[in-house]
Amino acid sequence: MVAPLLVFAIGNESRGDDALAPLLLRQLQSEHVSGQIEFIEDFQLQVEHVTDLQGRDAVLFIDADMSCTAPFQFSPISAAHDNSYTSHAMTPSALLHTYVQVYGTGAPPSFLLRIRGYGFELGENLSTEAASNLQQAAARVRAWLADIPATR
Amino acid sequence: MTDIKNDLETAAHPENLRRVAIDPVSRVEGHGKVTLLLDENDRIHQVRLHIVEFRGFEKFIQGRPYWEAPVMVQRLCGICPVSHHLAASKAMDMIVGATLTPTAEKVRRLMHYGQILQSHALHFFHLCSPDLLFGFDSDVAKRNIVGVIGAYPEIAKQGVLLRKFGQEVIRITAGKRVHGTGSIPGGVNKNVSIEERDYLLKDIDQMVAWSSDAVGIARKLFEQNLNLYNNFGTFKAHTLNLVRADGAMDLYHGGLRARSMDGETFFDHYDYSHYWDAIFEDVKPWSYMKFPFLRALGPENGWYRVGPLTRVTQCDFIPTPLANQARMAFLAFNGGSAAKATLGTHWARMIEMLHAAEQIRDLLHDPDLQGDELVSTGERQERGVGVIEAPRGTLIHHYKVDEHDQIVRCNLIVSTTHNNQSMNEAIRQVARQYLDGKKLTEGLLNHIEVAIRAFDPCLSCATHALGKMPLEVELLDVAGTRVDVLARAADGTFCAG
Repeated sequence: MVAPLLVFAIGNESRGDDALAPLLLRQLQSEHVSGQIEFIEDFQLQVEHVTDLQGRDAVLFIDADMSCTAPFQFSPISAAHDNSYTSHAMTPSALLHTYVQVYGTGAPPSFLLRIRGYGFELGENLSTEAASNLQQAAARVRAWLADIPATR
Repeated sequence: MTDIKNDLETAAHPENLRRVAIDPVSRVEGHGKVTLLLDENDRIHQVRLHIVEFRGFEKFIQGRPYWEAPVMVQRLCGICPVSHHLAASKAMDMIVGATLTPTAEKVRRLMHYGQILQSHALHFFHLCSPDLLFGFDSDVAKRNIVGVIGAYPEIAKQGVLLRKFGQEVIRITAGKRVHGTGSIPGGVNKNVSIEERDYLLKDIDQMVAWSSDAVGIARKLFEQNLNLYNNFGTFKAHTLNLVRADGAMDLYHGGLRARSMDGETFFDHYDYSHYWDAIFEDVKPWSYMKFPFLRALGPENGWYRVGPLTRVTQCDFIPTPLANQARMAFLAFNGGSAAKATLGTHWARMIEMLHAAEQIRDLLHDPDLQGDELVSTGERQERGVGVIEAPRGTLIHHYKVDEHDQIVRCNLIVSTTHNNQSMNEAIRQVARQYLDGKKLTEGLLNHIEVAIRAFDPCLSCATHALGKMPLEVELLDVAGTRVDVLARAADGTFCAG
């Protein structure tokens, strides 16, 4: 049985603020044990992750973002042919677009939580500013999860 | 061999040259920068691939207990974490003095061939097929994976599912999708259950069939563009790879074989536990990345190529029937031209993917996977070296551990570093063939990227942050004034500066 909600954290916890998404995922994981949510983390999005989107009612991608001006930004996203040339990684929107082309149906409703990060070097700890942003972002996700009724 | 190195690596009067910078190289992991120095007549005089390689790993791992290394090293790279996981484990096997049990070795091999399968599928179907299927000068909007799915939906779907299958093999053998812990010093911490085996067995025949089809696609692409594929970025190089004791391809374990560009054997079945007697690393002032070379030949002449093209051409045979048959056809093709061509690497990569699929099928039928003897130990050593043939080529992990079980020294030579000089050579050839400095276009610059992508370099590891990978192409005149610029945004689109 596929869990109706998927929370997908993108990042590497050994690279400074790139740990934002995995850390938030673990917080959420400890709070939600009902089986309604599946939690997945990986270093980056890749094409095979379309198979993780199948059968979901909603999907939330979480990622650290240096270009995010606010502490965090939460927004719905849609499939987009964005010409991703970003090496071995895909954007969430490009993944949704791939989903449509692989399965021939619309991708599940999806959201992206970008959390402002500052440093991404190997071996760095989470920065103080990022830690603060993480708590603000966590509150927003909890509110979003609370608004989604249990559907199955 | 053309003496392009002397011609192009160091220009006689670089102060009189214009500079074209490509930074970073798209669809290549991490950050790279290509510098082309043009003279007053718009001819290429100097070419250099600058790589901002990962640094700081030694500091990162120093002071950690040795048994943490196989897990910690996976944080280096989001593309081939399993290769680092296994190379570090092999080094730690030496530290604990272990001789692996059959179950431990076969579970590790299964994990490794899962990694080869998924990595090669990703590279061929999703990173290179846009170039190969649409052409190097085609519409940029098509030349990515989304374009491939639109135009060749069945091929693209097969790529997705091959990749997914390889990831499932890794999940089952390593225990988790990422940050797996399956391989430990002296063995593994779990076997493969009957249920897990049967789960993989139900799809493996399809994976072998699709891999075989992929070899056919790679061959067809070469046949259809014979002149281009024969000559694009092609150069002669010495080679380095692991081989089994009987000379067979073995991507998990073996002795080192080094051969000259003309086929002479420098050394064979070399014990890698003292690799430093055979391989040394040179430093150049213009690059952060080291340049390994065969010590006996010196830094100028001792550079070499690793990876699929080397492994397929330099092994004596492949020990699985379909892949070996494909290898023989590859070597015989057009008088052997594909086996010498940089773009022949894609074909060789698909032969290895087929070999990996066949190996997985064979291993899944081996009852040793369900064995209970998982770990062994022996006499404790202070130094450990692990070498493996990772998807992109030979990977060396070297550690020294003190009496408190803490790592005090670490040296890694990753595949991309081994291929450093080879990539420079390929770029130089392409620059001579295609860039004369008269016009700076995205299509033109993509030829250089196509040459680099043939090596599938992993230039940095696993930093993933949205909005962090812009590309800027800059043209400076003799006086250093910017006269032209192209920018590539994070979404892949180009715009004039």
